[in-house]
Amino acid sequence: MLTARCLARQTSLRPILRDARVRTRLTSVIIACAGGQIKHARAFSSTSRALEELRKTPLYDFHIQHGAKMVPFAGYEMPLSYGNVGQVASHNHVRSSAGLFDVSHMVQTIITGPSSTALLTHLTPSSLSSLAPFTSTLSVLLNEKGGIIDDMVITKHTEEKYYIVTNAGRRERDLAWIRERVGEWNGEEGKGRGREVRVEVLDGWGLVALQGPESSTHLQTLTPFPLKQLTFGKSAYVPLAGFNVHVARGGYTGEDGFEISIPPSQTTALTTLLARAPVQLTGLGARDSLRLEAGMCLYGHDLDEETGVVEAGLTWVVGKDRREKWDFIGADFVREHLENGAPRRRVGLIVEGAPAREGAKIFAPSNDEQIGKITSGIPSPTLGKNIAMGYVQTRGGWHKKGTEVEVEVRGRRRRAVVSPMPFVKTGYWRG
Amino acid sequence: MLRAIRCSAAGFHRRTLSYHGATSNYGKFRPPMRTLVTKRYTTDHELVVFDDATNIGVVSITDYAQSSLGDVVFVELPSPGTEVSQGDQIGAVESVKAASDIYAPVSGKIEEVNETLDGQPGLINKSPEDAAWLCKIKLSDPQEMDKLLGEEAYKQHCES
Repeated sequence: MLTARCLARQTSLRPILRDARVRTRLTSVIIACAGGQIKHARAFSSTSRALEELRKTPLYDFHIQHGAKMVPFAGYEMPLSYGNVGQVASHNHVRSSAGLFDVSHMVQTIITGPSSTALLTHLTPSSLSSLAPFTSTLSVLLNEKGGIIDDMVITKHTEEKYYIVTNAGRRERDLAWIRERVGEWNGEEGKGRGREVRVEVLDGWGLVALQGPESSTHLQTLTPFPLKQLTFGKSAYVPLAGFNVHVARGGYTGEDGFEISIPPSQTTALTTLLARAPVQLTGLGARDSLRLEAGMCLYGHDLDEETGVVEAGLTWVVGKDRREKWDFIGADFVREHLENGAPRRRVGLIVEGAPAREGAKIFAPSNDEQIGKITSGIPSPTLGKNIAMGYVQTRGGWHKKGTEVEVEVRGRRRRAVVSPMPFVKTGYWRG
Repeated sequence: MLRAIRCSAAGFHRRTLSYHGATSNYGKFRPPMRTLVTKRYTTDHELVVFDDATNIGVVSITDYAQSSLGDVVFVELPSPGTEVSQGDQIGAVESVKAASDIYAPVSGKIEEVNETLDGQPGLINKSPEDAAWLCKIKLSDPQEMDKLLGEEAYKQHCES
């Protein structure tokens, strides 16, 4: 018999992935992984969560026209791959040329109002007052216990306007949390009262990511805007085929690239231009292997609400000036970990023999003591080695680079070494 | 449009009669020794080709399974000599995105594994039901074959 554990994943595959830890028969996983017919996908998904009403991004028809295999993902029908291009070829194309991803399922939100900076400074550990206009930063929403509600990218436009992108799979939790906090904020004297903040979700808007070393050359053919000036982490309104669209330099692959936010009516037309050769449409499958090689976290797998930023190796998102007043939500927990050390840490691993997948146990060598577990793992298309990330206990120094451990795959121990991330050198444009 | 996954079982006959020693050097007719080669499927997309003359079943994954998994980049096979029972996990076929455990479709002893797959796991995508066979099992209970699916039943299973 053949049984499969689906590891196709992205920000919003949480419910499927959770089920996937339980051994699932290939019969159903085939559909969720490799994108069979949607009726099957639905049948599968309904066993874990009712996904009767899958949402569509504004590019749904575009995907179908381009031969996409669609799969349910974070409540959306999303392209897993296109035509006969396999995941490895698609992955390699992004590393060597350029790929275009539909990430319109992600939640784009605009925060405006006189107290916007103060509100986001309350909600996140980022140093936003010192962030330059039209600059982005990775950040997190923390719950009161310091657990990560979501990771996100915040782009500052002015002190009174921010653009944030959060995970599709956390849409309800994030929006409820933000709206609740904003409600309190706007009612409180000395905070938002009289300087109210407004939250606008850009529903129906397109968001596409152009990624790979050829991205800027290609994008430059479509705009007079001098892209050389737009270094990693910067953003701008860029004229593209007669429309000014928000372009942020960065992405989720480790390559140079751009995330382009497009109004609903223009999404398909601009995406068509952006997808011209040598750019290839790229689906969720390659997106996952690219981000893992880049050492980037996937919420719901590598991050969750039981995990804090220090454990997650994201201490750097806590601004230096935020470590004096500790006045953001969840600060006590972050401080405790920073001062006394976290009990576990997220690490990169290179595993010999079989690829270690999510849920695999990590052991001390020749010892029955479990010291951690894998949260993401793949055979790396770029390196030809099995890469993984996971959490290991810090007592005993297991998180230190070069440390040898063992990972259990199909009942057998495999040698693994704690390795630095990113696994693949990044190609960001820093000018 | 969505590409329907084809449930391919083309290119074989469920029962093939083959003849050994049909003629002698002296042109004298001798009665043929008839052996029965049977092909059976599991609901989990494995295939066993069983030859009752040798009592050996050749195990592979179906074309349907390989097309669903995508590029196969790693294969783990059992050790020859291992005694397995129907349902035992004996290895795995992995693409970048997924690990698919292989369970013994029949009981018996692993006679041989396809070592070509170590260096060329991608052969599974090219010739899943033929050149990329996984292992050969000497069946301890050939009647187990009867409980597996025939071609039509497997096709229906794929389409359901």
